[in-house]
Amino acid sequence: MITSAPDKIAPNLNDFDVMRVRQDFAILNTLVRGKPLVYLDNAATTQKPHQVLCAINQFYGCCNSNIHRGVHFLSEKATEQYEESRAQVKRFLNAASTTEIIFVRGATEGINLVAASYGRTFLKEGDEIIVSAMEHHANIVPWQILCQQTGAVLKVIPMDDNGDIVMEEYAQLLSERTRIVSVVHVSNVLGTLNPVKRIVQMAHDAGAVTLVDAAQSIMHMNVDVQDIGCDFLVFSGHKLFGPTGIGVLYGRESLLEMMPPYQSGGDMIKSVTFEKTIYNDLPYKFEAGTPNIGSTIGLGAAIAYVQSVNLDKAQPHEDALMAYATQRLEEIPGLKIVGTAKEKAGVISFVLDFAHPHDIGTIMDSEGIAIRTGHHCAQPTMQRFGIPATARASFAFYNTLEEVDVLVRGLEKVREVFA
Amino acid sequence: MPDMRELYQEIILDHNKAPRNYRKPDDANREAEGYNPLCGDHYTVFARVDSNQQITDIGFEGVGCAISKAAASMMTSMVKGKSVEEAERCFENYRQMITGGKDYDRDALGKLMVFSEVCNYPTRIKCAILCWHTLHAALNNLQEPVTTE
Ligand SMILES: Cc1ncc(COP(=O)(O)O)c(C=O)c1O
Repeated sequence: MITSAPDKIAPNLNDFDVMRVRQDFAILNTLVRGKPLVYLDNAATTQKPHQVLCAINQFYGCCNSNIHRGVHFLSEKATEQYEESRAQVKRFLNAASTTEIIFVRGATEGINLVAASYGRTFLKEGDEIIVSAMEHHANIVPWQILCQQTGAVLKVIPMDDNGDIVMEEYAQLLSERTRIVSVVHVSNVLGTLNPVKRIVQMAHDAGAVTLVDAAQSIMHMNVDVQDIGCDFLVFSGHKLFGPTGIGVLYGRESLLEMMPPYQSGGDMIKSVTFEKTIYNDLPYKFEAGTPNIGSTIGLGAAIAYVQSVNLDKAQPHEDALMAYATQRLEEIPGLKIVGTAKEKAGVISFVLDFAHPHDIGTIMDSEGIAIRTGHHCAQPTMQRFGIPATARASFAFYNTLEEVDVLVRGLEKVREVFA
Repeated sequence: MPDMRELYQEIILDHNKAPRNYRKPDDANREAEGYNPLCGDHYTVFARVDSNQQITDIGFEGVGCAISKAAASMMTSMVKGKSVEEAERCFENYRQMITGGKDYDRDALGKLMVFSEVCNYPTRIKCAILCWHTLHAALNNLQEPVTTE
């Protein structure tokens, strides 16, 4: 009789291994202030793996050239790599076509592009734009300016004390006057994961176009524009383990076709005479001038990296980080977590009743711990909770449970100084 | 990195916990608002200046970090009863010290020397100097709120 060998408990090579991932980020093994760096400011920007640094280096070292212009070898190479990044973004977001992927400087520029190009063309006096109460200034100010320019009105979906959007109030705000609904996917202050699919659906039922600010969600979860169903979506490369200065605007092709150029000049035209200019096809119509070629290629490498790590596989680890950090922080007397939404990702804001966030930040820094303190470019969110500032720990998949322990020990130091 | 106790000295912690002159004097005739948008520190400084240009009373109200609150508290203690001119001189000395200058009068600063460590924390300099800019605005009847940006 043949008996099968008992199952070996061998590590599955396909599992997420945080220590292996950390080896890709040399900066995570450095000392700051003489202490091992504990980097918990990922919502501000993520670190970059060596794969991204290599790709940028390789481009400037071996392929540097302008794109879409030269007939020579290097220009061809550069164009190929640049467009390959676009194809990667398309697959990453599950967009229907590469013509829907516009490279911009970041989430901020993406929103400004939509507000200026779509908004100024199609909105008029009395139209309404809806945002949520937890938006980053980048998803408030461009709409305010648009309102000033067009006479449209900005409406705000309230949130409850946990930091959840009040969906009933949202339903009340929607009307035939609603033209644009623009909401954040994951709040950079509260960590709230908003039900964007539902929000988008309700907006579409009211006949509005939708924009999702995925600046924070993109590093934590697979973002599928067709599944969400949104018309526009923005994110920044630097919050996806890629370089600064590059970001993405996804736009539904039928809308982008109707929209006038945002900036104008080279590359975005087909032909120019002094009498008449014919604009280029999508996506180039929206990419005037020489773009940030090196960073675009770096973003492509970042996406390839994230896909190799696999956000689905990292999910249990990220969930464990959030759960453990929440539990450890709640145990600290005098600490209050700001933002206790049903579903959260990556971000924990808190205040201490014995120390101001700015003082917390300074003492944490002396321990090698990087957190953010302040209003996080979301002053209306601060006002909603009646606080001037918070301290914020934000996580990426390369953070460890041990780092949470260091954070908690750091907060004990704050208590030693202040209590 | 120097010890945190160098920055957060006992006297600073004490003024943070129990700020002096934390009130609006009834007969204040000068007032200005100071704001640090970066961290949300927000104070109003009030003063009573008599016809001889003496600061006969002073107070402040508002919210902010330990450094900014202690700085405001100790500033009010320091300049109360001084002339406007002396207060402005004190501000100049203090500014020199906080920003790492060498050329200032240590004796004139007295207790305020506890803030000398702040110059080693570039992100905290604004906290320590906000109230002084605000006082300066109040004394000079400047209308615009002061911001550190
Ligand atoms: C939710 C959210 N939206 C927009 C932005 C703006 O991103 P960027 O500054 O990269 O354009 C940020 C960055 O902090 C953010 O957190």
